[in-house]
Amino acid sequence: MIVEMAPQSTNDLSIMIGGDAGQGVESSGAGFALALARAGLHVFALQDYRSRIRGGHNFYQVRVGERPLYSHRDPVELLLALTPQSIPLHLHNMQEGAAVIFPQKWEDVDVSHLTKHGLKVDRLPLMEIAERHGSRLMLNTAVLAAASALTGFPLKYMEQVIRENFGRKSEELADTNAAVAQEAYDVTLDHFGDSFPHRIKPIEGAPKRMLMHGNEAIAFGALAGGCRFISAYPMTPATSIIEWLSAVPDDYGMVTKHAEDEIAAVCMALGASYTGARAMTATSGGGFSLMVEAMGLSGMTEVPLVIVEAQRGGPSTGLPTRTEQSDLLFMVHASQGEFPRIITAPGTIEQCFEAGWRAFNLADKYQCPVVVATDQALAANLRSLDMDTVDPEAVEIDRGATLTPDDVDTLSEEYRRFRFSDDGISPRAMPGRETAVLTVPSDEHDEHGHINEEPEVRIRMMQKRMQKLKTAEAEIKPPLLYGPEDADLTLVTWGSTTGNCLDAADEINAAGGSANVLQFIDIWPMPVDPVRHALDRCRRKVAVEQNYTGQLALLIRMTTGVAMDDVLTKYDGRPFSPREIIEGVGMEVASGNKA
Amino acid sequence: MVTRLDAKMFDSEAENTWCPGCGDFAILRSLKMALTDLDIAPHEALVVSGIGCGSKLPDYMHVNGYMTMHGRPLPVATGAKLANPDLQVIVVDGDGDAYGIGGNHFLHSCRRNPNITHIVEDNQIYGLTKGQYSPTSDLGFVTTTSPDGAIERSLLPVAVAIAAGATFIARTFAGDPRHMAAVIAEAIKHQGYSLVDVLQPCVTFNRVNTYDWYRQRVYKLEDDYDPTDLDAARARAYEWADRIPLGVIYRNDEVQTYEEQVLPLKAGSPLASTLKLQAEPAPGQYEPLKEQFL
Repeated sequence: MIVEMAPQSTNDLSIMIGGDAGQGVESSGAGFALALARAGLHVFALQDYRSRIRGGHNFYQVRVGERPLYSHRDPVELLLALTPQSIPLHLHNMQEGAAVIFPQKWEDVDVSHLTKHGLKVDRLPLMEIAERHGSRLMLNTAVLAAASALTGFPLKYMEQVIRENFGRKSEELADTNAAVAQEAYDVTLDHFGDSFPHRIKPIEGAPKRMLMHGNEAIAFGALAGGCRFISAYPMTPATSIIEWLSAVPDDYGMVTKHAEDEIAAVCMALGASYTGARAMTATSGGGFSLMVEAMGLSGMTEVPLVIVEAQRGGPSTGLPTRTEQSDLLFMVHASQGEFPRIITAPGTIEQCFEAGWRAFNLADKYQCPVVVATDQALAANLRSLDMDTVDPEAVEIDRGATLTPDDVDTLSEEYRRFRFSDDGISPRAMPGRETAVLTVPSDEHDEHGHINEEPEVRIRMMQKRMQKLKTAEAEIKPPLLYGPEDADLTLVTWGSTTGNCLDAADEINAAGGSANVLQFIDIWPMPVDPVRHALDRCRRKVAVEQNYTGQLALLIRMTTGVAMDDVLTKYDGRPFSPREIIEGVGMEVASGNKA
Repeated sequence: MVTRLDAKMFDSEAENTWCPGCGDFAILRSLKMALTDLDIAPHEALVVSGIGCGSKLPDYMHVNGYMTMHGRPLPVATGAKLANPDLQVIVVDGDGDAYGIGGNHFLHSCRRNPNITHIVEDNQIYGLTKGQYSPTSDLGFVTTTSPDGAIERSLLPVAVAIAAGATFIARTFAGDPRHMAAVIAEAIKHQGYSLVDVLQPCVTFNRVNTYDWYRQRVYKLEDDYDPTDLDAARARAYEWADRIPLGVIYRNDEVQTYEEQVLPLKAGSPLASTLKLQAEPAPGQYEPLKEQFL
């Protein structure tokens, strides 16, 4: 605990909670974030955990501000330690003048060592309070309340969250935890008053804000877009998509199927989609590897398919709970043969919501697989959002040339499922009507869907299918430019890294530099002309990506011939902090790879 | 039984590429007969197939069809059935599909009990790839990939299906189309997952398990055989080498289908919901869901 007069701040602070898996690090962190959002503040919350249920160090980082936040920030101003080990582990994350909250019981903590690092630390009887009320498990409650007192954040926000969390188990437990919180709050306030220079102040009358992560936004978007079927197999970090949709009340008619494996998951979605329902699956790279053959089946049989690929560190099991963007080129090329596909990569929670419903429009209109590519950081990190940023009213359901049963009944001529057309799109009937009995084969086929290997049929069918990609280009999103148009530096990026780049560019510009961000959203088909146009205007172009090889930079070069000036990569599974980006572009580029 | 249908309604204009004498012809004919007898029209059924000679069946039949990938028709069919329970969904694939590469889907379909019918054209060989041993090939069976004779024991699909919880398990023989049509019709009528293992001679690549080989061994289950008797079914499930039972070996009509238990389906099928939203989007319905994020 410090009392040194470091720089003062109000509502501009990062807090870290460290502890063992099973100690409630995640629920405490998410609870803190929710309390802050309810107090009218903007929040960004990042969870860092290992692939295990019990034991092993985890941490949660919550950043608070008065404007929308897009990334975490290092170093932090406050560490809440649930284990003694958390303190040395996070020493390097601490700002000079930062505070550490931990129970005085931990006599082994070397206070003088911490003081040497600019942290003036004091001891609080937090464990004693928890134990007196019945269990040391309530240490996390005590620590949250202590943080409330220290930062001047009224306890009522934290107490409400604590009551909600424990009230689900029992009223008694909620009361006990509330008592722990009150006592810990009082002790901390007695001890430190308002000496801590970083304050949290609720904003009265601020609009209500939601706290949401990318997976929830995609799932919500899909539901609002008319998706009523998802089949998936649990895989971190995609699992919360099917979980969220499974929790939707039954009267929405949302059918969810936890399949026996990812192959079954994608095949069930294809079967559902063949009948005319909007269907999807969601997975991470390992599961996507298993879905690859079915992606080709979607391409060949022109059955719409939406796959969410929430990337994590690879290869193989890799870094199961950590972030990476190393499947991009795989997604572009996955499955044998050539067929049209669309890959869209949202970078913010708002974009995730839009991608959730727009993917179905694209899949229906172009009758092909659509991959929504995200990454662990986007999938799982929480952000506060204004209510109207997730707007089901704005959702458009556009099924393209999909024939309903009523449409089929009024067909004026014999139905041909794979009818040749100039734009490559053949009206797609749903099975179930006498006038359009349809067979779709994974073999090459003629307009009627009969297996056919004649060269002229093959050539026309290939041209028909591939033409759809050309047709789709008209609505492919060009890259988005944020910040001053004539900046000296352009951070070229995609996925969750967009948020980190936005905060980095803001910091550079605030410090008198000149930077902007070029975010790629629709990645395949690559919108070649708009990309060339956008890149032509850039001075120094640095691709910022969470992978080893700079895959977006490679793809841009492959499709447009334009090379980046530098590539800044990171592949340790932890998201870039704005500071790392600023240092990375200012100094030698981390990997040394050039696109 | 008088029906509106004629089996000719199911005839396809596609060129059939099966070898003369192939057991698949009889399966195709029996399936058409069964659907005709049950008054199920081409547009009311969906036939989902895998990969192999027999999996070309949907092409040779005028019916809704999805010819999928090797081993994967069961999950495709399950998804289709869940999305539109009005479709009569039938899977047709081979022993390589069902018991080899798609074995996991077979196991889980048995215990899941979706209301689909699974016809396995079991010829104990990989025909389309020109003669390699399959999961149901007998020990010692010589093929290009088992030149010294197969050293893996063959899978007993009926026994596996019983153990995995299937609610309807039958075996029939492509040399007896009438029996086959009757068994397939029974299977389609069954509410739940129904397996029909069809002994289907491959006249080109399997010179051991010929029509004669099967005729010498098959027998029809006795009139007083009770397919609801699990112990009796288990005993018959292991009969293979000298005597091979034909007919409905096991059935359990007490188990609910998977779809019957899916609560959101009571609000309408995914297809019906999608169509409704397509006609008239109802964005207001989602506002309450935002509350959970506050």
